[in-house]
Amino acid sequence: MLRKSNFKKSRNQLEGFSPNLHTDKPYVPQELCTSCPSCKAMLFQSDLEENNAVCPKCGHHFRLSARQRIGLICDENTYEAWDENLTPKDPLSFPGYGAKLKASRFRSREVEGVLTGKAAIGGVPCAVFAMDAGFMMGSMGSVVGEKITRLFERAAAENLPVVGFTVSGGARMQEGILSLMQMAKTSGAVKLHSDKGLLYITVLTDPTTGGVTASFAMEGDIILSEPGALIAFAGPRVIEQTMRQKLPKGFQTAEFLLEKGFVDAVVPRKELKETIGRLLRLHCGEV
Amino acid sequence: MAAEYTAYGPNGRPNQTAPFNAYQILQKARKNGRFTGLDFIRNLTTEFMELHGDRRFADDPAIVGGVARLLGMPVTVIAHEKGGDLNDKARRNFGSAHPEGYRKALRLMKQAEKFHRPVLCIVDTAGAFCGIGAEARGEGSAIAENLMEMMTLKTPILSLFIGEGGSGGALGLAVADTVWMLENSVYSVISPEGCASILWKDASKVKEACECLHMTPSDLLKLGVIERIIPEPEDRGELYSLLREAISEEFYKLNALPLEDLCRNRYQRFRKLGVYGE
Ligand SMILES: [Zn+2]
Repeated sequence: MLRKSNFKKSRNQLEGFSPNLHTDKPYVPQELCTSCPSCKAMLFQSDLEENNAVCPKCGHHFRLSARQRIGLICDENTYEAWDENLTPKDPLSFPGYGAKLKASRFRSREVEGVLTGKAAIGGVPCAVFAMDAGFMMGSMGSVVGEKITRLFERAAAENLPVVGFTVSGGARMQEGILSLMQMAKTSGAVKLHSDKGLLYITVLTDPTTGGVTASFAMEGDIILSEPGALIAFAGPRVIEQTMRQKLPKGFQTAEFLLEKGFVDAVVPRKELKETIGRLLRLHCGEV
Repeated sequence: MAAEYTAYGPNGRPNQTAPFNAYQILQKARKNGRFTGLDFIRNLTTEFMELHGDRRFADDPAIVGGVARLLGMPVTVIAHEKGGDLNDKARRNFGSAHPEGYRKALRLMKQAEKFHRPVLCIVDTAGAFCGIGAEARGEGSAIAENLMEMMTLKTPILSLFIGEGGSGGALGLAVADTVWMLENSVYSVISPEGCASILWKDASKVKEACECLHMTPSDLLKLGVIERIIPEPEDRGELYSLLREAISEEFYKLNALPLEDLCRNRYQRFRKLGVYGE
């Protein structure tokens, strides 16, 4: 069950938030105002929240936490979490990983970088996942890979469509090759689900990059994106450094991918729930 | 050099026990003049006929593919090709493929499935190409499609790593029934240079990064990511003949499986990878 407090608790993950990780006190947002990174307008947090974290002046879409996303998209009181008990390990004893996990858990108040479960959207039951940029930039390690895989397997077994929200910096370096293997593992599960004739809708949100772009993010039957989202395999900074080349304006935005034919539609946040609901009803035999 | 070398073993403590450390293996894997994908195709197979293009956009010379015989058996062979001389290397982007390269590979795999030929993939890439054209034509989408389609391809796939196995660019040819690595090859989620610059803001700490990433064949065998390490005898002819026999034997074995089992085993091979608490 999604309580109001669940929805509210992660508001501090909006862009521009940088917590002091060395304090032992839980972070309490103090600012009543946020400046929009796009149009620089000063916005009241309350107004921003009212508007689903979209700048009322210019339409800039601020990032949402996974829980906020689920609160926004799923029908009220329908979300039921799956596989909440999976926790990350440090299989390679990678320098600094243990501390990073701890800090991420503290900061995001989540156990890992993705929430999975079952819900209804627009009245249609479906399996949902939402990644969380607040947890190590939504990077995919073993837990994210395993939860996504289990979600698709269970959705296939229960004949449910899947709706997924991606936000990710890519594969999680700290788990080495095992992270890379999650790309193949999740892709296999998507295929298994797809071969049963079931629908998979992905919504690419800012930013979706690297190994997630090169696996389940791009494997949807229908691929939607939020306006302005950065969507890339190699991120813009990597390309600029490698190629020593300035990138054209608007490169790798949702709109750019729409033009190039890699997303089906760019959908503003306020229309997302309705759009997804309509697509689900079109595919799932409901009128 | 050797004196100042420290690597991190388990628990992040310095470690210097392996006969060849990860950094030395990386150097061998990247060494100029090392054999390339085409060398393997030419020496392992006969009657090789290169088949070009993805039928959508272009032919990417960073990946070569075609039909051939392996000890008489018709096979499809697909390889990263880093190139010979400097011009050739530049033309092939040093084996870093664009989306059209991965799409060509998938086209040839589908062709192999249709004609019931096993697929031999030879992996040698620093990573998928990183640039404006590659992004505009959907590098992520192309690799994603390969991962998905290879998982259920109804014919055997064997991937052989002969040098560098860089991230998604390598995986795009490595969703296989069995993955083998030459003893002097590496396979990693990120380049050690990239890892070092993220970890220590210092791209020169490559040696340390190599150890952290567990990218050597023996590390990967322990992690269950590969099935077999192929020794590299001094004499290359010996290596090729050893491989010819071994690959052909493996293809006979895989061909004997019902297709359903083959695909289920391939799914399970990847399904079990990952370490987490529950
Ligand atoms: Zn604004």
